[in-house]
Amino acid sequence: MMEYRKLLLGTIVALGVAMGGADAAKIKIGVVLPYSGGAAQFGEQIDRGMNLFIKQHKAAFGRHEIELIKRDSKRPGGDIAKNAVQELITRQKVDMLTGFVFSPNAMASAPLITQGKVPMVIMNAGTAWIPSLSPYIVRVSFTMWHAGYPMGGYAMNKLGCKTAVIGYTNYPPGKDSRNAFATGFEKSGGKVLEAIPMGGPRQVPDFTPFFQRVKNAKPDCFYIFVPAGNHAVAVVKTYANLGMGATGIKLIGPGDITQDTKLQSMPKEAAGMITVHHYSADYKTPVNMAFVKAWKEAYGADTTPDFMGVAGYDGMAAIAHAITAQDGSISAAGTMKALAGWSYNSPRGKITIDPKTRDIIQDSNVHKVVFKDGRLMIEVIDTFPQVKDPCKANQIGKCK
Amino acid sequence: MGQVANAAIVILFDGVAYGMLLFIMSVGLSITMGLMGFVNLAHGGFAMAGGYVLVSLMVGLGVPFIAALVLAAVFVAVLSIPFERYLYRRLYEADELDHVLLSIGLVLMATAAITFIYGPSAVSITVPDYLNGQVDLGFGTFPAYRTFTIGVGGLLILGLWYGFEGTIIGAKIRAAVDNRRMAQSIGINVDRLFVIAFALGSGLAALGGGLAIEIIGMEPTFALTYLVFFLIVVAVGGLGSIRGAFVAALLLGLIDTAGKYLWPDGGAFFIYAVTITILLIRPLGLFGRA
Repeated sequence: MMEYRKLLLGTIVALGVAMGGADAAKIKIGVVLPYSGGAAQFGEQIDRGMNLFIKQHKAAFGRHEIELIKRDSKRPGGDIAKNAVQELITRQKVDMLTGFVFSPNAMASAPLITQGKVPMVIMNAGTAWIPSLSPYIVRVSFTMWHAGYPMGGYAMNKLGCKTAVIGYTNYPPGKDSRNAFATGFEKSGGKVLEAIPMGGPRQVPDFTPFFQRVKNAKPDCFYIFVPAGNHAVAVVKTYANLGMGATGIKLIGPGDITQDTKLQSMPKEAAGMITVHHYSADYKTPVNMAFVKAWKEAYGADTTPDFMGVAGYDGMAAIAHAITAQDGSISAAGTMKALAGWSYNSPRGKITIDPKTRDIIQDSNVHKVVFKDGRLMIEVIDTFPQVKDPCKANQIGKCK
Repeated sequence: MGQVANAAIVILFDGVAYGMLLFIMSVGLSITMGLMGFVNLAHGGFAMAGGYVLVSLMVGLGVPFIAALVLAAVFVAVLSIPFERYLYRRLYEADELDHVLLSIGLVLMATAAITFIYGPSAVSITVPDYLNGQVDLGFGTFPAYRTFTIGVGGLLILGLWYGFEGTIIGAKIRAAVDNRRMAQSIGINVDRLFVIAFALGSGLAALGGGLAIEIIGMEPTFALTYLVFFLIVVAVGGLGSIRGAFVAALLLGLIDTAGKYLWPDGGAFFIYAVTITILLIRPLGLFGRA
């Protein structure tokens, strides 16, 4: 009997030592974001979101430490990001990858993460079918269909638009957003008169010729997808300069074109624009107000988080969850298992990772730009609760 | 008004506005290439400098738009003089490859310097209210800012035409473009002409850069991105010809706008097709002389 108890004790001690080995692991996380070039503003947003989460929630990582290894993806082309991912996987031996502002960068990196079995937590890149490219992709941001598809129905049913012209930046998420809106709009009985490609993502084009064409086509609604940032400001300026509001053409689109960080650089004519999106810094929920307050304290009163900042924040929450759920001994399968069905009370509202598609489930809100308290701001006028990516839900195109 | 007439007016108007902008930014390059035989690929750097000086003046010091536009042009014109004196001058006798290496190096340095000072993102300004929205010109309403751009371009062309055709300095510059050695031997101080022409060209580029912010935007890679367009204007117009630069800029502005309006899927391609065609037929450009 005595011998048996000794053995048991020994086993317990041994187990304890073994578990002690897993104690306080250092988790390496590769961050691929544009830190230079025209898109550096997005990299900065996400970076700040991530850092704010880490600063506020030290306890969320348990006993474990994380090391962020940052690489600059520069431009949307995919090539630089792919090289960075290869280096992060093979040389730095990262446990997870995150970041990815531009869809082509996430797409180009997908085969590498499948081969290297390194999970990727996407913090922006919104082309709907990206998660199908690798079983190790999980997305905490959005898909173009979260905004475009409901916008289609809303334009027809609530805004009274029977005809629409679509203008989009000619690269994968632009085409995706075009398809999303067209599908939703035509399903509700609307007619898309034309879809106009308006230049590429790298350079802000002069939108005037495209907009003049739309002005003369006289649709009820003009749905636009351009990358967030300076493209969006140029869109609203052109819309204002051509006096398109007075012709009764409604400017609508995904919330990328009314990004919080750019709203104040837009002319007053932005008031009245209707967009569908999952986040604005103007949301009046307690969680968001605390988030915005902390953001301004950390980065300055004249800064504001936008949907990318919140994705960085939530993405880090997801990573923290994956680390603590596996108690620091990270495996690709373990991470994916921990994140499937993960739910979080984000500043944007409740978010959940759909275990089936590894994509996010969240509210899509109808935003109206209003001029109030001396500035342009976002008012939520309607909500589509807990939207699953409509592209995959409806098995459309590449989402099959 | 019929759809077609409406479209034609819109294309004409926007095309001319874009053409004017291209002309203002590239005419200096045409002058310096024709006069000094210097391949100055850094020309766009001066346009970019103008844009950023304008932003600093308006956002940092609160200078009104028009005043800032003029100040930026003057500032960059003066700033360009030491460049001509101490850098370009040394290489006038060198071959074109050296010109290209020096000036491309300057562009890269300018891009890095601007990124360092202003950051990598595009900058923006708030133009005064009278330049926002639409103006009624009697025969239709047009975007105010583009009307303003066309006006500035028109004034500049008149000024340049008078300056080159009606003043002694202009006559000297024309003489030096035609035959530099002859001009020198009859006592024209060609060295000083170079400085004047270079500063003038850079100042105009800066003015164009300032005007461009609202139309095509301004970021640290501006000088390289639009270099292609400046070179097209100069090549199609013919070296050293102001009239050529003007016609080429208008032509390219109109074709680019029309292409994007009428056939958005392939619009950006037209400008290159036309350039190639013109240069195949007239290798020296529309107004170039052997």
